[in-house]
Amino acid sequence: MTSVETSPGATAGQTTPGLWADLRGDGTAMTGVVFLVLLLLVAIFAPLIAPHDPEAQNIIARLKPPAWMDRGDWAHVLGTDHLGRDVLSRLIHGSRISLIVGAATVALAGGFGVLMGLTAGYVGGRTDNWISAVIDTQVAFPGLLLALMILAVVGPSTMTVIVVLALNGWMVYARVTRGVVLSLKHTAFVEAAGLLGCSTWRVMLRHLLPNLSAPLLTLATLEFARIVLAEAALSFLGLGVQPPATSWGLDVAQGKEYMFRAWWLVTFPGLAIALTVLAINLIATWLRVTSDPLEREKRFARRARPAR
Amino acid sequence: MSAPLLEVDGLEVEFLTRRGTVHAVRGISFDLGPATTMGLVGESGCGKSVTAMALMGLVDLPGRLKAGRVRWKGRDILNTEGDPATEAYRREVCGRDIAMIFQDPMTSLDPLFTIGAQIAEVLERHRGMSANAARTRATELLDLVQIPHPEDRVDQYPHEFSGGMRQRALIAMALAAEPDLLIADEPTTALDVTVQAGILDLLADLQARLGLSILMITHDLGVVARLCQRVAVMYAGEIAEEGAASRLLHAPEHPYSAGLLAATPRLMESGDRLSTIEGQPPDLRLPRTACAFRPRCANAVAACAQAPDLRPLPDGAGRLACHNPMRAAPRAEPRPTATATAAPARTQSPDAVQPLVRVEDLTVTFPVGKQRLFGPARTMTAVDGVSFEIYPGETLGLVGESGSGKTTTGRALLRAAPISSGRVTFDGQDVGAQDARALRRLRRDMQLIFQDPYSSLNPRMTIAQIVGEPLIVHGLERDPARLRARVEDLLGLVGLPADAADRHPHAFSGGQRQRVGIARALTLEPRLIIADEPVSALDVSIRAQVVNLMQDLQARLGLTYLFIAHDLAVVRHIADRVAIMQKGRIVEIGPVEQVYFDPQHPYTRSLLASVPEIDDSPGALTGT
Amino acid sequence: MGRYILAKLWQGVIVVLSVVVVVFILTRLVGDPVRVMLPLEATQEQRDQFEAQLGLDRPIGVQFVDYVSDVAVLDFGESLWQRRPVMEIIVERAPATLLLTFAAIGLAVALAVPLGVVAALRPEGVVDRIVVLISLIGLSIPQFWLGLLFIVFFALTLGWLPTSGSGTPAHIILPALTLAIPAMTRLVMVVRSTMIDELNAQYVRVLRVKGLSPWRVIAVHALKNSAVPIVTLAGWELIRALSGYTVVVESVFAWPGLGLTAIQAIERQDLILLQAIVFLTAIMVVALNLLLDILAKAFDPRIDLRAS
Repeated sequence: MTSVETSPGATAGQTTPGLWADLRGDGTAMTGVVFLVLLLLVAIFAPLIAPHDPEAQNIIARLKPPAWMDRGDWAHVLGTDHLGRDVLSRLIHGSRISLIVGAATVALAGGFGVLMGLTAGYVGGRTDNWISAVIDTQVAFPGLLLALMILAVVGPSTMTVIVVLALNGWMVYARVTRGVVLSLKHTAFVEAAGLLGCSTWRVMLRHLLPNLSAPLLTLATLEFARIVLAEAALSFLGLGVQPPATSWGLDVAQGKEYMFRAWWLVTFPGLAIALTVLAINLIATWLRVTSDPLEREKRFARRARPAR
Repeated sequence: MSAPLLEVDGLEVEFLTRRGTVHAVRGISFDLGPATTMGLVGESGCGKSVTAMALMGLVDLPGRLKAGRVRWKGRDILNTEGDPATEAYRREVCGRDIAMIFQDPMTSLDPLFTIGAQIAEVLERHRGMSANAARTRATELLDLVQIPHPEDRVDQYPHEFSGGMRQRALIAMALAAEPDLLIADEPTTALDVTVQAGILDLLADLQARLGLSILMITHDLGVVARLCQRVAVMYAGEIAEEGAASRLLHAPEHPYSAGLLAATPRLMESGDRLSTIEGQPPDLRLPRTACAFRPRCANAVAACAQAPDLRPLPDGAGRLACHNPMRAAPRAEPRPTATATAAPARTQSPDAVQPLVRVEDLTVTFPVGKQRLFGPARTMTAVDGVSFEIYPGETLGLVGESGSGKTTTGRALLRAAPISSGRVTFDGQDVGAQDARALRRLRRDMQLIFQDPYSSLNPRMTIAQIVGEPLIVHGLERDPARLRARVEDLLGLVGLPADAADRHPHAFSGGQRQRVGIARALTLEPRLIIADEPVSALDVSIRAQVVNLMQDLQARLGLTYLFIAHDLAVVRHIADRVAIMQKGRIVEIGPVEQVYFDPQHPYTRSLLASVPEIDDSPGALTGT
Repeated sequence: MGRYILAKLWQGVIVVLSVVVVVFILTRLVGDPVRVMLPLEATQEQRDQFEAQLGLDRPIGVQFVDYVSDVAVLDFGESLWQRRPVMEIIVERAPATLLLTFAAIGLAVALAVPLGVVAALRPEGVVDRIVVLISLIGLSIPQFWLGLLFIVFFALTLGWLPTSGSGTPAHIILPALTLAIPAMTRLVMVVRSTMIDELNAQYVRVLRVKGLSPWRVIAVHALKNSAVPIVTLAGWELIRALSGYTVVVESVFAWPGLGLTAIQAIERQDLILLQAIVFLTAIMVVALNLLLDILAKAFDPRIDLRAS
């Protein structure tokens, strides 16, 4: 009988640095993660952290500038708006809306899209033709305008915003999933699973889905960033979150009227949106490279080069 | 002897990877004279391709030149200083004096430019030709490489050329500026054997006519025997042995060269077991202290703890890096001659037993092109009226070139490809007539082994999950402890340690993965195994191990094999009977000896004639 | 080619029909147009009269047939808000949107191609990292906020450009820039990754071995091979901008295009005007999609233009 091959080169794979070590080695991505974790804590404990009630009006203290400026007041660190509401407290509470809308939309659109993509890709045939036709048609829709129309007809609210954004966003997940499934479907291990007697569901859940997790995670992160921006834009246009609820986009819209007198009303909520989205994008960029062994190897090589 | 064209001196190339620095080429030196053909042979990872890339200044990104220099006609074209003058001289020499062709002709041409324009580019750059003159010359060059209707072909785009034609066009492009040296990196590996024969003939012809030097990088000793005057065998980034092909291919002195030769199956020899080189190539990240081949070497002695230098042989006929070379016998290991090996028939007489598989007039058609939402799709016939039988305990070889329908035929036995018409019966049951449940039951008796050991195992599952899954999905074993024991038994059967069970596929080499694939196929105790090119992705020495394993398992478990392959020599070795497929039809079928020694169909004859072979006849020893 | 165009045309027709159906369902079934369009204090008599005027008192099937036949001849009726034919308003406003989008996407492409190519020459090099970081920041800034910042900085502080409106060539600069920046950052990423892939392709190796100058390899061969994905993506950006993404920019800068009109129609609850805008945008998007597909195919010799 032939003896066992020993492969020292292959077994050393176990010593490859893990995800966490990789993250620690990447300063920009780490910054994104830390920012996002802090934001999450802020959103969860908003009522405890916020110095004021975000809706409490105080006409006497209206349009107060941030604390470090003339007329500033440490009671209102980032100043107050035209109704005398505390800007910082509104920012803290506004983070909730951004994260909730982002997470709910991604879950809704992602769940539906992945299911559609898996079915279309693996079942194939007529099923695939129909699902693909629906995807293609909807991708060619003027999505945002239609969303505006739905919001105008149904009436804007946080719930409608989530549903509308999910309706507009599921196709990306379906397309990516379908694409990966199609490329995986004819790989030997998926064919083997089918021939060995695995049911369609088992093949989809045990063999396809785990291999989809990396591209889907990256996509979901990118979509999260896009949704946070979209919610802010809709709220800015007055078609998203409605007062008295707070949203960063809404705050910018309200501050717009006083932009020339009270710059802080527009600046701080806008900055909050930009930083949040940037943090998510930094993580997505890092994920895209890290979840792909080939990309990871390339990045290592490219970074090693300047040492030459 | 005239002055060498190319001098490679102490070349060292390393690659920076996340798991450490891989020392791919570890200080190799050789010269190449004018009008000489030299083969650089070795298995994957030995550094032969990296060497060729380095010569052309193509090592970049993770790789870097660590030491050594390359001279062209006495002047540096590559060194570690990387001064602009050297770079400029190399860019001048590349394409004009040294040209290169690659393994994959399908991706080597710019898809958006015509063939003519891409050839003309070389002429304009290096010969200062006008666009018009260059186009005319490009047409002549296409004619030179025997492309029919060159005047039409010159204005076509790469996608209008077949693989073989593209390789010819690439050769024309390489020869455009009339170089002195052609570096060919596995130029025929991606091509079918009959196409390969044409390209090799063309290269030999051009070499003789133009007085070209060729550096042929290949894993195939047959190609070396066909084309090369000299040969250097590489192992683990070093040259193990170098010398005249006529000597080295018949009386190798390095144990590795000898092992490689012995592990290569011959077309006209049977021999029951292939000799193998045990073990795996070394980890190229580790520093070299001992001889790299020592762990796998039967000749190893105490002195081998010291790495041997590549020294000229006493008779000056070559160089060798070995402390204890093979004794200077004509052959390392006498091979049985062709006629002496009427292998004992492993099959019972076909008349006496019922066939296990009977295929009658099988036709498989596939829809082609994008399926429209409504209406019928166009179809393509992959298998066109094929009939054959497989008898219990035998191995039927199914041989054909790409697109011959051999893989589809194998899939159709399992109904993994649609049986469009005709009948497939397995053990008396009509495979095409089974409902889903019965088919699932039937497939327990028929298992598939895949070609690519890398994509055939789910990267997210452990070996235990992969091998045990069939038992779980068929509800045959629910007790975890017994399942585990069964998995470990199976791993033992294919020669893997029990602790392999908890690892993921990426921890294993290609040969080991193929063993896992075999173990998975054996889990349900099938009677028939359809092996679809099971060893074609493996290196020669590993291939021999897997072929031997398959033969051992057949003997122990009474398995029946359908062995699908393009490699005639391997099939010759393992099969009892062989069927030759061409364009969806079986053109010839019969016992291996009969088909190989007395082929009836012209296609079989051309196929057999196309295989580049090492001539083992004693007369060849005295050849040039 | 003929068949290809026909297939794409058919797909376009399906998209437009779907939009018609969706808009019809939205306006007649999901929402109550009378409630949306009439003021709350309207009497029952007024409501009935309005319903009859719109033909809403007839069976839904008849309404649909009427609706489709009106849409087919581009007769959308009269705007409630402006009391004149809807088509008149659209013809008046559309050129401004087209001008803005083409200017913005042209600017985006002009900036993105050189930046992406330069970044791709040395992946993970200094230039590349700066370009990628700038792109990520550009991608993270909310468009409406960016517009407001531009107004504050270039119009109010420096006084170089007008804050809003239209009329002079100077008016288009800020809105176009605001619309261009996110599109540009997405394009930079695509140009960069396409060029990196092309420069690592096997055929580029062959070109290098031929002794060609690096400049010729990059500018003639690699760039031409990248052209199809780049042009396709640029087209998508154009479509994306047209299909509603000008709404935000137009409303920030009071740019008198279709986007601003859509927002005004929503504010004035003029569903008749809004649905016409949605429908015509859909036609524009479909036409552009078709044009783009044909363009991409015509560029690639691998697609035989003469075959069936």
